[in-house]
Amino acid sequence: MTAGHIMACHDCDLLHRLPAVADGMRASCCRCGAALARPKRNGLERALALAVTGLVLLLLANSFPFLGFKIQGQVRETLLLTGIQELYLQDMRLVAILVLITTVLAPLAQLLALIYILLPLKLNHRAPGMFQVFRWLRTIEPWSMMEVFMLGILVSVVKLAKMAHIIPGIASFCFMALIFVLAACMASLDPHVVWEQWEENQ
Amino acid sequence: MSPAARTAQTASLVSCTVCHLLMHRRSAASVPIGKCPRCGAALHSRKPNSIARTWALVIAAFVLYVPANVLPITKVTSLGMTQSDTIMSGVIYFIQCGMWPIALVIFIASIFVPVLKLFMLLFLVISVQRRSTWRPKDRTRLYRITEAVGRWSMTDIFVVTILVALVHLGALANIEAQSGAVFFAAVVLLLRRAYRAAAVLATGIAITVVILSLPKSDELCSGGK
Repeated sequence: MTAGHIMACHDCDLLHRLPAVADGMRASCCRCGAALARPKRNGLERALALAVTGLVLLLLANSFPFLGFKIQGQVRETLLLTGIQELYLQDMRLVAILVLITTVLAPLAQLLALIYILLPLKLNHRAPGMFQVFRWLRTIEPWSMMEVFMLGILVSVVKLAKMAHIIPGIASFCFMALIFVLAACMASLDPHVVWEQWEENQ
Repeated sequence: MSPAARTAQTASLVSCTVCHLLMHRRSAASVPIGKCPRCGAALHSRKPNSIARTWALVIAAFVLYVPANVLPITKVTSLGMTQSDTIMSGVIYFIQCGMWPIALVIFIASIFVPVLKLFMLLFLVISVQRRSTWRPKDRTRLYRITEAVGRWSMTDIFVVTILVALVHLGALANIEAQSGAVFFAAVVLLLRRAYRAAAVLATGIAITVVILSLPKSDELCSGGK
């Protein structure tokens, strides 16, 4: 954000005149401590690259076996979606939908929205309905809970370890990588940079 | 210059909640005042009815918390034997097996965090409603911390999903999800909604600082736009 620009803290509404913030630094609200600006070097490009990486990983994570379960000679391999399907069939619709949203749909929508916004921006265009999409992105963000799902996987593996042999599949490694890629992607994107670039392209 | 008094609201400005564009405000304080010209989001200086909505969601979460912990969340069938587990009995099972690190993880994620969240929200909403002036910055921090840890209470729901998918071997071993899981998921959902509704609690807490510093605010407001 440009130095000298007046902005209101989005948490407590206090007005600030922003100082020049160097790349990698962070300006915080002096009353409530919320982050006002956190520019990163090449933030836009970095976020775009990571979003594309994330999309590839997400596709891999959903198309390969996730966990294998071996008990007395029987092997059962599952996809990420198998558990959701199973819950749905057992009449646990609400839980199934919640898991589907938090582990598959929200990350997918998040990545697609980021690419939709950032790619045209990078090419000095403005995607139609970009702000609408950005608003959705902000709504979706808290619903993507892949790191929590990872903890769930660890707990279940320990729980079943005595009962059977657990084989982690390709998808579980993709999933683990995706968590870090997505976190890095969101961290390298300062929303204000998007607005500024948008105004420049006008 | 003390930072306390000049908010966008007192300066007749409004900041878009989505794209943070700052613009002049024409009508009264908390009613919706049109759309943001840049991004189209509905504009309001303060979230409408945030305290009432937070109360409603917190009370609903308290009510559902009981069945979530009393009813079983999984039913394990193994070689003809059937066993139902609640969240707490799962924790006890792990302690008895000597796997206390896992027991601790489940206890913190599924029992400690939701209770912490419920009481934290209750405390914050009461303190804001009473216009308490007690340590606003720390209370804001408390709000942010409980919001950040809250997502981890989904762990148990995910564990049930994975178990149900994997252990599906007919009579040999089978795990089914039970109704407790639905209630637990509902509690987590409601608390998330409550936090979204209460996002302005941070504002409410900060406003108390403004009230404290009111005698000085006249000179501060005369500092131009």
